[in-house]
Amino acid sequence: MTSGLPVPSQVGHAGISSLIMDPECSQLLPALCSVLADPRQPVADDTCLEKLLDWFKTITEAGSSLLLLQENPCLLGLLCHVLKPQDLSPRVLSFSLRLAGMLAAQEDCFQYLQQGELLPRLFGEAGPLGGAAWTAPSVRSGWIQGLRSLARHPSALCFLADCGAVDTIFSLQGDSSLFVASAAGQLLVHILGLSLQGPAEGHPGLQTGDWPVCAQKIVSHIEESLRSAATPQITQALNVLTTTFGHCHDPWTQVLWGRLSPLVACLLEKDPVPAAHSLVDLLLSVARSPVLSSSSSGLWETLAQTLSHLSPTQAGPLALGILKLQECPQVLRAQAFAVLLQPLTCVLEATAQAPGLLDSLDGTGGASVTVDTLLPSKAACVGLLCRTLAHLELLQPLPQRPSPWPQAPLLGATVTILRLCSGSATPTSDAGGHLCAFLVGCVRVQRAALDFLGTLSQGTGPRELVTQVFAVLLEYLTSPDSSPTVLKKAFQATFRWLQSSPETPGCSDLDPHAHLFLRELLPVLPKRLCSPCWEVRDSGLEFLTQMIGRWGGQAGFRRALLASEVPELTEQLLRDPESYVRASAVAAMGQLSSQGLRVTPASPEHPGGQQKSLLAELLHILSTDSEGFPRRAVMHVFTQWLRDGHADVAGDTERFVARVLQVASQDLDWEVRAQGLELALVFLEQTLGRPSSHCPYAVTPPVAAPPSSLAQALRPLCRVQLFEFAFRALFDCDRPVAQKSCDLLLFLRAQTASYGGPQGSGSVPEVASVEAALQRWQAGDQGQPLGYLEPEVVVAVLRSMDLEGLRGALAESSDRVEKSPQSLLQDVLATVGALGEDEADCY
Amino acid sequence: MKLYCLSGHPTLPCNVLKFKSTTIMLDCGLDMTSTLNFLPLPLVQSPRLSNLPGWSLKDGNAFLDKTELIDLSTVDVILISNYHCMMALPYITEHTGFTGTVYATEPTVQIGRLLMEELVNFIERVPKAQSASLWKNKDIQRLLPSPLKDAVEVSTWRRCYTMQEVNSALSKIQLVGYSQKIELFGAVQVTPLSSGYALGSSNWIIQSHYEKVSYVSGSSLLTTHPQPMDQASLKNSDVLVLTGLTQIPTANPDGMVGEFCSNLALTVRNGGNVLVPCYPSGVIYDLLECLYQYIDSAGLSNIPFYFISPVANSSLEFSQIFAEWLCHNKQTKVYLPEPPFPHAELIQTNKLKHYPSLHGDFSSDFRQPCVVFTGHPSLRFGDVVHFMELWGKSSLNTVIFTEPDFSYLEALAPYQPLAMKCIYCPIDTRLNFIQVSKLLKEVQPLHVVCPEQYTQPPPAQSHRMDLMIDCQPPAMSYRRAEVLALPFKRRYEKIEIMPELADSLVPMEIKPGISLATVSAVLHTKDNKHVLQPPPRPTQPTGGKKRKRASDDIPDCKVLKPLLSGSIPVEQFVQALEKHGFSDIKVEDTAKGHIVLLQEAETLIQIEEDSTHIICDNDEMLRVRLRDLVLKFLQKF
Repeated sequence: MTSGLPVPSQVGHAGISSLIMDPECSQLLPALCSVLADPRQPVADDTCLEKLLDWFKTITEAGSSLLLLQENPCLLGLLCHVLKPQDLSPRVLSFSLRLAGMLAAQEDCFQYLQQGELLPRLFGEAGPLGGAAWTAPSVRSGWIQGLRSLARHPSALCFLADCGAVDTIFSLQGDSSLFVASAAGQLLVHILGLSLQGPAEGHPGLQTGDWPVCAQKIVSHIEESLRSAATPQITQALNVLTTTFGHCHDPWTQVLWGRLSPLVACLLEKDPVPAAHSLVDLLLSVARSPVLSSSSSGLWETLAQTLSHLSPTQAGPLALGILKLQECPQVLRAQAFAVLLQPLTCVLEATAQAPGLLDSLDGTGGASVTVDTLLPSKAACVGLLCRTLAHLELLQPLPQRPSPWPQAPLLGATVTILRLCSGSATPTSDAGGHLCAFLVGCVRVQRAALDFLGTLSQGTGPRELVTQVFAVLLEYLTSPDSSPTVLKKAFQATFRWLQSSPETPGCSDLDPHAHLFLRELLPVLPKRLCSPCWEVRDSGLEFLTQMIGRWGGQAGFRRALLASEVPELTEQLLRDPESYVRASAVAAMGQLSSQGLRVTPASPEHPGGQQKSLLAELLHILSTDSEGFPRRAVMHVFTQWLRDGHADVAGDTERFVARVLQVASQDLDWEVRAQGLELALVFLEQTLGRPSSHCPYAVTPPVAAPPSSLAQALRPLCRVQLFEFAFRALFDCDRPVAQKSCDLLLFLRAQTASYGGPQGSGSVPEVASVEAALQRWQAGDQGQPLGYLEPEVVVAVLRSMDLEGLRGALAESSDRVEKSPQSLLQDVLATVGALGEDEADCY
Repeated sequence: MKLYCLSGHPTLPCNVLKFKSTTIMLDCGLDMTSTLNFLPLPLVQSPRLSNLPGWSLKDGNAFLDKTELIDLSTVDVILISNYHCMMALPYITEHTGFTGTVYATEPTVQIGRLLMEELVNFIERVPKAQSASLWKNKDIQRLLPSPLKDAVEVSTWRRCYTMQEVNSALSKIQLVGYSQKIELFGAVQVTPLSSGYALGSSNWIIQSHYEKVSYVSGSSLLTTHPQPMDQASLKNSDVLVLTGLTQIPTANPDGMVGEFCSNLALTVRNGGNVLVPCYPSGVIYDLLECLYQYIDSAGLSNIPFYFISPVANSSLEFSQIFAEWLCHNKQTKVYLPEPPFPHAELIQTNKLKHYPSLHGDFSSDFRQPCVVFTGHPSLRFGDVVHFMELWGKSSLNTVIFTEPDFSYLEALAPYQPLAMKCIYCPIDTRLNFIQVSKLLKEVQPLHVVCPEQYTQPPPAQSHRMDLMIDCQPPAMSYRRAEVLALPFKRRYEKIEIMPELADSLVPMEIKPGISLATVSAVLHTKDNKHVLQPPPRPTQPTGGKKRKRASDDIPDCKVLKPLLSGSIPVEQFVQALEKHGFSDIKVEDTAKGHIVLLQEAETLIQIEEDSTHIICDNDEMLRVRLRDLVLKFLQKF
């Protein structure tokens, strides 16, 4: 088979290899090989072997493996050496097998290795396969991966056939190590694909009888496995087919499916259906394959049959898969949807909801089977319901979701599930009683149902159902039994439903319905903010922040909020012992203050006394809080305030920015410093009179006419010491900060250029001293401050700096030096102490 | 074996178990819900209370809920499971002719004493000039206003006991430790096991050699302060009597503690006071511990906490010294220089202050806003009455009910109209139904006996099938004043053999592994213990004595007939008969064996599996001959 193939020319390659492997590495390689070949010097670290393989891979992909071997005979030496009977570690053996496979991927190199009979000795019966080393899973895995790399050309196929590797791979499919078993399956798929690439291509009508021997052997093995009574074997066969159809859409796959589909159909006749999960995966893979789904007759019938044969738990994923298909017969989609909805139908039936709801949910008579699945055990019931809800949640936003989408029954069922979980639903049958007993207090189902309920807010529903939704949400938000995670989900779902509730025409306030709800919700919120459980306080604050962000400007909401204790409590939570809560409180207070919702009542303790301003309080947190989260939150609030022209800031913006930058520059948390740069950028944009490009919706404060001269424009920036902050950040030990600062300075330089003119005529000695200081900073000595800088000096320094170069250097990953192959080789040698000098220490 | 059920209150049980000639009372809880029919006893004469229309000021007594189902003087022992379940003890030990012993653990007795002392103190410090009892007459009772009119068996309501009676009752208690085995008259053994509900709370095992009854009352699987529940020892019970489950199965204690803290913080932040009507021991320790962790985070460090009870000091101190009865976590603290409960630190830092009553030091220290823990949870007596009157008018204040024993709405009735906020956060750490079903699966008793309330969902939530005991076979339920025959029969009794008698036995192996020996002995029964003693030797006739011992004194000493075993092979028997000259033998098969007919002699030999009859008319010679022939085929020993 290989005789007709062109043999690559071996001339004209001289010199290429030196491009691939630098001389330093070539020099180190013999020492490495001898270390690897020496059983007395075990390589402690698997990862360096993996890195070595990665390196060899890039080398072999870029150039000729044959040359590599010829130029570095030590590699061949290593491969020969591992075959000698000795006590070599399995990881080195595995490494050698994978290396050999990698090298033999090129046909010329394969032939070269074949000449020395090296490959049969490595991969054949005589090799590790028959030895004691085979018991190590890493060796079996290396053997498979080696063959996987090797099998690239027709010669390899012959080799595989000759050395009987395929039979070994068959047996490895059932290996005790899952990694090995899975790799074996994938190798089979690969070999099948390789063997059919040449001859079968372009002949979709070809019979399998005309296929290459190797392919026929694999197909027969799959057939045999499918006929087997043992589930593991069936699973293996199904997995191989799933991978094949998932990866390859060549016409021959059609022939293969044509031959095997009757056997797969036979599996459906067994009770219970063996390897149901794998079967579902296979059928979905077939249905997704463009070649198979368009041509194969009977696929849709098989899918329909499978849907009705599998248990509700197993059929769920199949139904979801079918509904996600782009093209699929309507009847099948309807059947799949009915299967998916069955558990919810049972729930509705168990609580005897209005019959109208049931009709639209259930078209088939499968519900009794589902009841049987739901009721025997709590675990089964909870599992099935959670999966069903998760499937429907995935389906809801898809364009190909079933239409008409049964929004109302789904809402009804979800609300019922939630009420069963809280014990407030009244079951009307024995089944309902059981369901109630299983679900009461079940946190898993509550979470899944609340997630799905939130998703359902995207659609509308009948008025009375929406009322029920809000009622059940309120029940969860009020109940002392709601666990913190459930409560968080309830808050999220509530926000989504409030968001989607229709706005009153004419004004953008909440609709009266949601208003009523809010009136009941607001008394609950203070209690949640006082919860002993910090997660609850935190999610309460997050919810509040979202609410203010959305409705802070609406009169009705403002009135309700101001009448409650919420604003005051939120302020108290700025001093919460839990840092996450403090951070959320900072965000919420920022929002409250932005919307003018911060109350400053004369408290009994300070009658008529001046309350500390929020700005001062937040600055205090920024400079003293021991945790990073609250400080980051403060920086976000400040940036937002600056952007929005918040009253507290607008009074004396320069003083505010100067103060914040000064505190932020000392912060140990790089995110705070990075956020400081963000704030600096906003200030810069506002000062230079350019509308902010970052937030198109931000209200820019009325800016005075653009300053006439560059010096005038830069003066405010100099006054707030923005440059000192930015330059310091430029040499920050944390790369993101330095990058951000570099971007900011580049932006500034571009801005200054737009002013044009021969500016930057600052006195030379001053510029030189600044540059000298910056160099010291870069060297790590950031002690000395720059002091006040004149705009001219700044411009001169900016222009003289190689900011682009710096940006390039920063863009490279920081470990580029450590990742070089030379460093890797040195590391490997160093760990085993083979770098020379200390050999004498042993004696 | 019978169970007499004297209380209808599932969490304040009182049952009597008759088992192997012993009469054991299991708990004697005092149902005080009837106090809700009375007006509060104010510390200061309250014009408002005394002028309420339609209410007549009666004396506030405590009441006993018992029936004349059984003569209580016959009770041998009383087993107490926790301090809440012993509040009726003085009524039983002092007024019924009871002469037995009471068993309880030390913390149960000490804290039980505190509860009784507090109760007596609350009642006695507001003495009544006169007491009325004529109204208990049925004809007059009919004329009374509604709740009193409908009250049942008011004639059994009693005055509160005195401290003297308490002391006398407590003196009859014998202290026991967990897993200690106590023999009762040699008939049964009782053992207390940790039940995890309160300091020293116990479940009891009552067992004989072949029967085991477990009594589970007031147990908890939550990690609170007491030692965890011992479940393993409850395994293999024939009967498990299950009482004292949570009274609020729908409320999760953790959620309720959260609710308690949130409401407390909200009230105090707004300048209001919080009143917590409570018992002086139990949940209050856990609440103080939660608050200890919570007050700093909630910014409440400056708010004073007051604990007012005649026994407040003792209660707080006792809790710290019962190290061996605490959960493991707290036990280990004993070896560190810190007390097991953090309320010690609260006291040290002056955040928690305790007073015997609101008179005296308290009135000078009192600072508002504050949090007050005080009794009694019924709001009918104790210092709580004063605080209700004091704070009830302001909507800034909050009363938080944590004890589930009384309906909070009924408790509040005489204080209406009330501006104060009322929060109901019942904290009941006793087993809920999910935990019970796990427990029953784990210990697998043959039969479960429980109050009838537990065998059906609560009336208000009839759909909650999860709020009832679900076990196989279904639990047997009892109600007040019912006698239950427990469904198992005693089959075996253990008998000991004296060593010298055992020595004289010569067992013969009749089947591999099974040996038999005949025993001749005297069965001696004393203190419910049975012993086989060697028979007295036949007395030698002594000429010197005139009177012989009557021979029927030692009937067993006559020549013993050997015992027979084996079966008779019919064919060989017939051959033997023929050999001995019998002819004309006919054999008939019957359902149970064979009949051998000797027609000439008009004689029948009926051979069955376990008997052989020779029927012949008046020919004793023949019968003896035939008998000897039969005996040849049997083994003798």
